[in-house]
Amino acid sequence: MPSTYEPIATQTLGSAASSVTFSSITGTYTDLVLIVTPQSSSGTASVDIQLNGDTGTNYSLTFLYGDGSSAASGLASNNAVANGGTAVSTASTFLINTVQIMNYSNTTTYKSLLTRANNTAGNVLTSVSMWRNTAAVTSILLKLSTGANFTTGSTFTLYGIKAA
Amino acid sequence: MISSLVGIIASSGGVAGGDYESIATVNVSSAVSSITFSSIPSTYQHLQVRFISKLSAGDDVIMRFNGDTANNYWNHILYGNGSSAISSVPFGGAYSGVALYYTGSTASIAGGVIDVLDYTSTNKNKTVRFLGGYDDNGSGNIDLASGSWSATPAAINSIVIKPVSANFSQYSSFALYGIKG
Repeated sequence: MPSTYEPIATQTLGSAASSVTFSSITGTYTDLVLIVTPQSSSGTASVDIQLNGDTGTNYSLTFLYGDGSSAASGLASNNAVANGGTAVSTASTFLINTVQIMNYSNTTTYKSLLTRANNTAGNVLTSVSMWRNTAAVTSILLKLSTGANFTTGSTFTLYGIKAA
Repeated sequence: MISSLVGIIASSGGVAGGDYESIATVNVSSAVSSITFSSIPSTYQHLQVRFISKLSAGDDVIMRFNGDTANNYWNHILYGNGSSAISSVPFGGAYSGVALYYTGSTASIAGGVIDVLDYTSTNKNKTVRFLGGYDDNGSGNIDLASGSWSATPAAINSIVIKPVSANFSQYSSFALYGIKG
């Protein structure tokens, strides 16, 4: 059986950055897994994702979260970003977010993203996002919803999974 | 403030990892009522199924093991439908499959990851965990599910995934992976 879960690229920020981009992603794999451990330079923010440079309102998402006292669900339609998790500005706190980009290289279906976000001081969240585009995903941009920066030490790792 | 750009050359950037291996893939080219992974080797510790799916109609999707169609499966699910968070026992208790997810319509493209743990054990009931869902730009479902197969413990050698009543449509794709211990 072929080994098939491979690291593609990792970036640990040496200085604050307003966004991080993985570009020139080839169609070698079936799924992508993105592990994001960010810190925000100011306040709590969502990690936003845009694919292939698409800044239009071509994304939507449904989410579920619990904050320790209640659980809730919501959605956003005709959104300009997909959900990639959460970041906080608490000192030494880099949250763990996992994003699964399913069947990213096919050119026949819209793309689904499954996200698990873990804000240890606030909530646990999961979401499904949809990008209404059939193109293969070749680039991923991440930024914070508030316009804050990713701080030094924020880490972003992209893996590829290839089906037989 | 800089924008950080990482260029990727995937063909040269990979590191061979021997603990996660592709076993088989089923790509649906025309409507089918179920997909099957059979003759699953027992050389791994855990199994994972990763998929996208479309259905011929809105429906629930279930998973069965080793051809067992009896009510030997138990389920719990926590899901959000965009307006409410709901915890439930799908199908009301013992059922003929592990309940995985719901898809809303023929336009929905669901995605998901299914973990089947300790699948070769002959003395443990098998447990399944699932994360997945779909979004249709105004409606959607995100599911966290767990289930168990409580028939006489046996190693899993086949898996069936099927909508309860509908079919899987073209472009559905299911990939089975093995994770070594």
